[in-house]
Amino acid sequence: MREQIEGSRAVAHTVARCRPEVICAYPISPQTHIVEELSRLVKTGELAPCEFVNVESEYAAMSVGIGASATGARTYTATASQGLLYMTEALYNASGLGLPIVMTVANRAIGAPINIWNDHGDSMSQRDSGWIQLYAEDNQEAVDLHVQAFRLAEELSLPVMVCMDGFVLTHAVEPIDVPEAGPVDAFLPPYEPRQVLDPDEPVSIGAMVGPEVFTEVRYLAHARQMRALELIPEVAAEFSAAFGRTAGGLVRPYRCEDAETIVVALGSVLGTIKDVVDELRDAGTRIGVLGVTSFRPFPLEEVRAALGHAARVVVLERALAVGIGGIVAANVRMALSGIHLHGYTVIAGLGGRAITKASLHRLFADAIADELEPLTFLDLDRALVERELHRGRTERRPGPSAENMMRDLGPTATGIG
Amino acid sequence: MYAVRIHGRGGQGVVTAAELLSVAAFGEGRHAQAFPTFGSERTGAPVAAFCRIGDRPIRAREPVTEPDAVLVQDATLLHQVAVFAGLREHGCVLINSTRDAGALGLAGLSARLVTVPATDLAQRHLGRPLPNAALLGGFCALSGQVAIASLCAAIRARFSGRVAEGNAAAATAAYEKVRDGLLEAADA
Repeated sequence: MREQIEGSRAVAHTVARCRPEVICAYPISPQTHIVEELSRLVKTGELAPCEFVNVESEYAAMSVGIGASATGARTYTATASQGLLYMTEALYNASGLGLPIVMTVANRAIGAPINIWNDHGDSMSQRDSGWIQLYAEDNQEAVDLHVQAFRLAEELSLPVMVCMDGFVLTHAVEPIDVPEAGPVDAFLPPYEPRQVLDPDEPVSIGAMVGPEVFTEVRYLAHARQMRALELIPEVAAEFSAAFGRTAGGLVRPYRCEDAETIVVALGSVLGTIKDVVDELRDAGTRIGVLGVTSFRPFPLEEVRAALGHAARVVVLERALAVGIGGIVAANVRMALSGIHLHGYTVIAGLGGRAITKASLHRLFADAIADELEPLTFLDLDRALVERELHRGRTERRPGPSAENMMRDLGPTATGIG
Repeated sequence: MYAVRIHGRGGQGVVTAAELLSVAAFGEGRHAQAFPTFGSERTGAPVAAFCRIGDRPIRAREPVTEPDAVLVQDATLLHQVAVFAGLREHGCVLINSTRDAGALGLAGLSARLVTVPATDLAQRHLGRPLPNAALLGGFCALSGQVAIASLCAAIRARFSGRVAEGNAAAATAAYEKVRDGLLEAADA
């Protein structure tokens, strides 16, 4: 039923309708509302049978998830930021063991300095952890991706991360069609594990493997993600047929057909970019945007097909690989291997900085004029940076940069957004 | 598209106000998006929340920097936060205060500005000094964007029992006060 509801609550209700049997989670902003609502649903018996395990850390959350999933329970958790980093070792175990856990990442920056706001630094740091990563454009898609994620995970025997922008989506209240239990049950049959720890048929999983097999194990992990490249569009098409709306898939091109300039992005910024694309199209500019829904596996062929004819590509990403620049951009470059076009990387929206239409208009105008630097930090306060650099040049011990710049900026409560 | 920015302090129900407004608009078959400025969850700290209302799906996710309406739940913020920043030329302002615009030193503001004693009304009808629902009632009268009946329905969907009825009564009282004030001004 379509209702005006907070993204987090809609996700919680949707996850509940996917009938997880074990939920283990440790609260961290901005994921909290999701797991609070799920724990309420378990407590009231609205979600049953299901065990909600309060754990003492994210490391424990994923470890409990691994145990539960290995014994054949449909398993869900959610985290963000430092919480995701804290469970890193267990993340690799979950994927290495082929356990179909579904996890929401309410995307949030990683410290230091501590920052609770949105960017993709957390999930991007785990892009090579062996998990499938799907990025939601809006709350409707966040909801719909969770239903698809359980199907994908259990079919492939691989864990899936559904990444949704923290606060921007998790705390936004908007019209969302939360899937009803009946159609979800029809779409998502009870979990039939491909492997299970069963005392009646004892096996070992995760035991030591030497050099004679380890390469083959890793090869198969890669092969399974390549299989996901086929399955993700199939599941999305089936979802569309069952629920009457589009969600998921590998990539989502918007007004790209004859575009000279194509912007590439992931997540909730796509909505704002689409508005700007429409305004520029009305003014006669041939511009489009490609949303990448599946970042792992990365759909090289689909990205190449969507971008190959463009004159320039602007990759706008909410994360930074310090020491090189773009993360998504590096993957896009690989997709465009051998194709000559102007390529720009734009780092935007770090630590909750709003990505505004006004800034995007300026950015795209510079890109279209080919006056953009290869690596651009959107709305960087250059004066602020220069003052701090000057301090570093003139003083041996100028104090911590972050605190210095906060002091330079003065009271920030007067600003809007 | 109509954009509202609500200013208040942590604990005054600023985020809830934006949500209620969006639910009221949704109840009228419109598209609405509500979201807070994120993170300032400390009690007493300045907080802002946004609500967009439109007739098409709302895709943009930037903060409201050019509001059509500004709602101020706590008049002490006038000295601390740039609450009128970016207010549209024909925009309107509703401030929770027992004093009028002149007494608040805001007579020179070009926007349509109205005050309503939302805290007093909440105290009277709800028994608690939570001004958000009352201020929204005043907004219904000032802007005509959302019907008071839709707001009361949203309040009753969000709360139950005495809290729902108290908030709905406070909202209706503020609605009538602002509406009557506007009618008087029009007659004058």
